[in-house]
Amino acid sequence: MGKKKKSTLQVILEDAGIEFDGEVETDTESEEDEAKDKKTNKQRLRETGRASTLQSKKQEKDKEEKEDKEEDESKEEDNGSQQNRASRRKNYQRKNRNGRKAREEGSQKKDRGKTAPNKDQKESENKEKKTTKRGKEGENKQKKGRKNSTSSASSNSSDEESLSEEELAMLKEQVEQKKKLISTMRNKPWRMAKKLSVLREAQDFVEKFEGALGKGKGKKLYAYKMMMAKKWVKFKRDFENFKTQCIPWEMKIKEVESHFGSSVASYFIFLRWMYGVNLVLFGLIFGLVIIPEVLMGMPYGSLPRKTVPRAEQATAMDFSVLWDFEGYIKYSALFYGYYNNQRTIGWLKYRLPMAYFMVGISVFGYSLMVVIRSMARNANESTADGDDNNFIFSWKMFTSWDYLIGNPETADNKFASITTSFKESIVDEQESNKDENIHLRRFLRVLANVLIICCLCGSGYLIYFVVKRSQTFSKMQNVGWYERNEVEIVMSLLGMFCPPLFETIAALENYHPRIGLKWQLGRIFALFLGNLYTFLLALMDDVNEKLAEEDVVKNITHWTLLGHHNSSAGNDSTVTPAPLDPADVPRGPCWETTVGIEFMRLTVSDILVTYITILVGDFIRACFVRFVNYCWCWDLEAGFPSYAEFDISGNVLGLVFNQGMIWMGSFYAPGLVGINVLRLLTSMYFQCWAVMSSNVPHARVFKASKSNNFYMGLLLLILFLSLLPVAYTIMSLPPSFDCGPFSGKKRMYDVIQETIELDFPLFVAKIFSYLANPGLIIPAILLMVLTIYYLNAVSKAYQRANAELKKKMQMQREEEKNKRNNKASTNPMLQDLEDLLTPSTKTESPPKQAEDKKIESPNGSSPARKPGRGEALAGSPRGSGRGAAFTPPSPVFVTQPRILGVRAPYPGQPRPWGHPLGPVPGRGRGQPCYPRAAR
Amino acid sequence: MTAAQRGTGQGTDAYKRFSELLPKEERENACSARVPKSQILTLPELRANPFQQRICHVFSTSETEDDSMSFEDFLDMLSVFSDSATSDIKSYYAFRIFDFDNDGILDRKDLEQLVNCLTGQGEGSRLSSTEMDQLIQNILEESDIDKDGSINLAEFQHVVSRSPDFASSFKIVL
Repeated sequence: MGKKKKSTLQVILEDAGIEFDGEVETDTESEEDEAKDKKTNKQRLRETGRASTLQSKKQEKDKEEKEDKEEDESKEEDNGSQQNRASRRKNYQRKNRNGRKAREEGSQKKDRGKTAPNKDQKESENKEKKTTKRGKEGENKQKKGRKNSTSSASSNSSDEESLSEEELAMLKEQVEQKKKLISTMRNKPWRMAKKLSVLREAQDFVEKFEGALGKGKGKKLYAYKMMMAKKWVKFKRDFENFKTQCIPWEMKIKEVESHFGSSVASYFIFLRWMYGVNLVLFGLIFGLVIIPEVLMGMPYGSLPRKTVPRAEQATAMDFSVLWDFEGYIKYSALFYGYYNNQRTIGWLKYRLPMAYFMVGISVFGYSLMVVIRSMARNANESTADGDDNNFIFSWKMFTSWDYLIGNPETADNKFASITTSFKESIVDEQESNKDENIHLRRFLRVLANVLIICCLCGSGYLIYFVVKRSQTFSKMQNVGWYERNEVEIVMSLLGMFCPPLFETIAALENYHPRIGLKWQLGRIFALFLGNLYTFLLALMDDVNEKLAEEDVVKNITHWTLLGHHNSSAGNDSTVTPAPLDPADVPRGPCWETTVGIEFMRLTVSDILVTYITILVGDFIRACFVRFVNYCWCWDLEAGFPSYAEFDISGNVLGLVFNQGMIWMGSFYAPGLVGINVLRLLTSMYFQCWAVMSSNVPHARVFKASKSNNFYMGLLLLILFLSLLPVAYTIMSLPPSFDCGPFSGKKRMYDVIQETIELDFPLFVAKIFSYLANPGLIIPAILLMVLTIYYLNAVSKAYQRANAELKKKMQMQREEEKNKRNNKASTNPMLQDLEDLLTPSTKTESPPKQAEDKKIESPNGSSPARKPGRGEALAGSPRGSGRGAAFTPPSPVFVTQPRILGVRAPYPGQPRPWGHPLGPVPGRGRGQPCYPRAAR
Repeated sequence: MTAAQRGTGQGTDAYKRFSELLPKEERENACSARVPKSQILTLPELRANPFQQRICHVFSTSETEDDSMSFEDFLDMLSVFSDSATSDIKSYYAFRIFDFDNDGILDRKDLEQLVNCLTGQGEGSRLSSTEMDQLIQNILEESDIDKDGSINLAEFQHVVSRSPDFASSFKIVL
């Protein structure tokens, strides 16, 4: 995700015509490169090795002068100046190609590697000592070359013909190195000015010599390739930016987040995700079912199922009827009953019943897939989290401030929440030591759970009762508005009043707030679920009743049609009988449409209740508090009503619950998803506005990163639960005889068999019949179960290994704690960071400089430095403990003990420390302000 | 779909924001001008931040120590607080920000000041001295691995690198 957005720096640089490559490379690679370089150097030395010790000394002096000059800059700066030197070297090499280049290069090497400047330098010196004497003229030429260095860079591109193979290879390496530098630039903690200058130099270098490399083998092609690569990179970046801009509501959510913190934003991100999923479902259903039916199916009025019955026609267009999804809406493509059971429709021979069935299945398939995938991705992200509890206080201290907060009000709340969390954890710490009166607490918790279970059962029964009653109401005529909407009203009321009740009861339990929140979420979820399921059970009763009724109606319909036929035939046998008007045909109750309508009503009333709650509970309340406060006897803003907080858990659960209804209802009411898409779209804007205008930020913020998968888990659960009733009705209830795409079949899934038999060649049908054979299905299920078992075992094993590693790391940490001294530096990153201190912390710059010198200069001349450094670089950062570790450090070899003295208890293990404690003790050396330096 | 997926992506944003901070006559040469600290602190992203002074101080390269920022310093700041900065860099700068006396370690005084920053200025939200002692004691117990009574950079990075939400919270989006 981070990749999606280029860093601002990068984009700026890009504007300035500079290119970044996004790759991240490790330092070990560059070390390898250096090792390679060394090898080539040695070869060359053997070929033409002769250099004077005198000269080497002189050069050493030069070098020291140079280093003095560059002292205020960091070591890495040399990487940049290396380019100059490289060009200088080339110039020089052209003039006398008798092996001096090797030495020159050696000295250059010293400057190059930020990881091991000293080692390389020493090495080159050793080599130089071995070599024989040299004339003075070489020295002069070298100096000349140095003077020329800046100007020669431009001229030498014309002379590449004279380069030998070796030089080419070397150059190539250098170019590669520069490229690497460019690509890793972003990870370097340098000042921007330095980054820019180094980057420019490196790019100039690469540009200059890249072409030269390709000269022998098609320079133009190479240049073209490079150009295309650059263009490609740029295009990719532009595309990424474009994609980022295309993410809807990005700015809106960002605004909410900056005011209310990431936890509230997580709800809106969840909402946006949900909108995306629903959009896909909407596309599926509308594209494959509704639009084909509208375009190619039989028009309205052509069939009984597509016509409003005669008795209802008078009121079919009344708003009150339409509002209840009766009348014309009931007999429209929004509901199951409208669809015809014709096998193919239109000139496309579109198999609508088949499509209807497959879409119904794939709605669930897609939802399951997308939820699971998202959960897995979240899990991947969250497994990187350290879940050890070693650093509760430190994390609270160092990482609790959310730097995204830009609003003073939010900041005040954050202050308050941090303070309370500090206090809480202090209290926790104190309480973990003494746990008193555990019996009382246990009793209270049991009591609370009993109370809540009672509440849940009561609400479940209430709903069941109300649904039962509504069935009797539906049979009566002239029922009032309340009777018709009783179910919805009761459910909404329960949803409104039960959560606060639960919260009050939960106060008895005295859980830790986070655990309490989970319990609260779970209980509200159970309430919703119970409601939903009671509702479903009542609906099933309804359906069964309708099914019984259907048998009767079927006969009536049959006889009516027959009678009509007979009567018309009896009147006049020559005239073909006028068909009975479709509105007059008696028809069955069509339980599928009834179920669809029930879900539709529930969804709409849910939407309305949500919006009205927001409007009244948040907006009106905020207005009241804001404006009546001027003439009220107490402070309304700080006192009783105050402003509302954004109820994350309630909103998330509402969303999840609503989605469950959509999943359940979408098979019988294809239009439901369309309504849901509209709902999500409007609630995005509406809730964003409501939050910004009338809510205040939370006092208690719960972590967005963790709870996201919790939402997903709830969603998955409800998806699974809503799959059950739909699957049950499809598999075991007979479809209505006179409505819907499956009418006339015994079961809905018969449509698949029919398609296979009629539309596929015989052998396919045979294959399918084999596949459907229990003898094949049972082994397949068995295989899946075994696979799951195996994978589960594997993951358990990994978990165990993980736990083991964690334990080992813990032990290592303990050991580390016990040992107080001896920290080694192997991480170049730390050195980089260290160097930054020099220019910016102005107060301590003089001692720092002196110290830098100390590090650099003695090492340059002392071969004894080599083993420790070399070992450190070789990748085994901690050698085993040696005697040298415990000898008091001499003033010259200051860095030795800290490198040799560190022991690694588990050599094969990853270091428990992100970064060895290297330069820190070293840095403090000899300065009064670092108390740790004495060690 | 985490909160990390955010961002403007417009390259010129930073430049625009920076030049907005400058007085009108200096806008032409925004790259060379320095914005005084008082102007930097008016940025909405920093306005509510309790560490605003420290952030200015850490990122400023001003010679005169007035904590003013050049455009490059500004970019530095944004790059450290951006999504793509590595957590090493972030934690390093966090350490610098928390190191109130600039001595390279977090000692008890720094921690105390840090707690005071985090708990805000209100009287009611301040911790009592015993709570403060307890808190700092606990923090040192957790993080001070070499038991010298202070937290150095390596110890700090060790702790912070394990935090699940450090990288996501230590960031500023323009």
